Amino acid sequence: MTTQDLYQQVIIEHHKKPRNFRKIDPASHHAEGFNPLCGDHLWVYMNINAAGVIEDISFEGDGCAISKASASMMTQNLKGKTVDEAKAIFSDFHRLVIGQLNPETEANVLGRLSIFSGIWKYPARVKCAALAWHTMNGALGRETTISTE
Amino acid sequence: MSHAPKNNSLDLARIREDFPILARTVRDGKALVYLDNAATTLKPRPVLDAVYHHYAYGASNIHRGVHFLSEEATRLYEGARETVRRFINARETAEVIFTSGTTSAINIVAKTWGKQNIAAGDEVLITHMEHHANIVPWQMLREETGCVLKVAPINDRGELMMDEFEKLVTPRTKMISVVYTSNSLGTINPVRDIIRIARRHGAKVLLDAAQTVAHAKVDVQNLDCDFLVFSGHKLFATSGVGVLYGKRDILESMPPLMGGGDMIKSVTFEKTTYAGLPARLEAGTPAIGGAIGLGAAIDYVTAIGFDAIAAQEKDLLDYATGLMTAIPGVRLIGTAAAKASIVSFVVEGVHPHDMGTLLDAEGVAVRAGHHCTQPVMQRFKIPATTRASFSFYNTRADADALARAVKKAIEVFA
Repeated sequence: MTTQDLYQQVIIEHHKKPRNFRKIDPASHHAEGFNPLCGDHLWVYMNINAAGVIEDISFEGDGCAISKASASMMTQNLKGKTVDEAKAIFSDFHRLVIGQLNPETEANVLGRLSIFSGIWKYPARVKCAALAWHTMNGALGRETTISTE
Repeated sequence: MSHAPKNNSLDLARIREDFPILARTVRDGKALVYLDNAATTLKPRPVLDAVYHHYAYGASNIHRGVHFLSEEATRLYEGARETVRRFINARETAEVIFTSGTTSAINIVAKTWGKQNIAAGDEVLITHMEHHANIVPWQMLREETGCVLKVAPINDRGELMMDEFEKLVTPRTKMISVVYTSNSLGTINPVRDIIRIARRHGAKVLLDAAQTVAHAKVDVQNLDCDFLVFSGHKLFATSGVGVLYGKRDILESMPPLMGGGDMIKSVTFEKTTYAGLPARLEAGTPAIGGAIGLGAAIDYVTAIGFDAIAAQEKDLLDYATGLMTAIPGVRLIGTAAAKASIVSFVVEGVHPHDMGTLLDAEGVAVRAGHHCTQPVMQRFKIPATTRASFSFYNTRADADALARAVKKAIEVFA
């Protein structure tokens, strides 16, 4: 993987025009995520209905292109999914960014999110891609503040 | 554009051969363009040889063995102390304490001299551009003693506002602890003026010279500072060794922070008598090879000479500043009139971490982040900067590579 692969057009595009970039108020689930090392800081909001379906999901905050694009694509992917599905995708995504899941050889539920495959070759940037996901997972568990440190 | 620096008496091609790392490649065959000298400097062969020689042929503990190797190691270790003394022009070697680095040196002062001399309501004055290493130890002292921590403001160029500075000094100011050269802005502070102000009010002065000693001659007697601290690894030596300089009478008044071997005259279970300076403040086996390497590093830069080093770095700073300011969208953070060869910048629409990764892809090593100076980032209302920091072995071609890679990164985000 080269940096050209890391900064593919879709990443740049999501960074420039993040989807679901707004606050949900009131939200049934929400959490704040920090990456103290680089100052990335975002909030993830969700409305989850009685059937356990994520009816709406959004984020706000500031960070690098990788963290913003990852958050944007996460909200697109998880909208309409059940909590159990979201947890399964989180698990696959987590294994993807730390280099333990090869999407070309291993079955997975990542779809377009596999664009972040290979980021494990840039250890300094793994936390950028993972921040929104850890924040979302924390919100599911009713944690309000998530730190990647 | 010419790559030949002007007014430069250095034989750069020969000097660069002294640094083996400059011959290596990174990221699939890219030549290394090392512009992260403010984080750590590269190590020349004489330093590597000195450290290697100690461990390969001289490995031995100091100050206690009666055998040949121990005596030799002691002589080399104490020789390095004399080299440091001469380098900063301390009066005597007793005033040169080897520490593990700048952070350790500041902590020793805060936790010993500070604890003994700074009471509730007394004041410590620092600046808005301090490294966390010169903020947190004083905050810890504040927790412990109830002293007051005051922060001198900086202007939009990243310079200390000296009128405001002087107003913050009161009869209760016991310590003025300031960075000599800012690692994130490059600002060189008017330390002589600061020391003059401190003398008028009876405050002690600690200078954090971590970013100074590799770039300019420092003379502690001429400056008349009370403490001066720096790290070996930012002065072409290895990490794990640093220096705490203090005036003898002050160091003698300080209780040791750590007790143990090497810092005692005699020990019984009833009573321990401490050794004299400098051993009293160096408990335990120190970084022997590191100190010997630091001595070799000082010999190396002294042979090159700070006049030539300063001329080369001034040329690089002016050249790189010109290139960077010519790129649309680039904004320099830190534009002080007196500035070291550090170019910190932000680009509209490109986060510093993305910039850092994209520069890395071109072989250009820089630091992206808050540089352990989060209050500076808050002052300029930015999350982080990308920082290119130059040393005398850098070339104009390195600055060209930086500018080229920055333009390429901006295109990725266009």
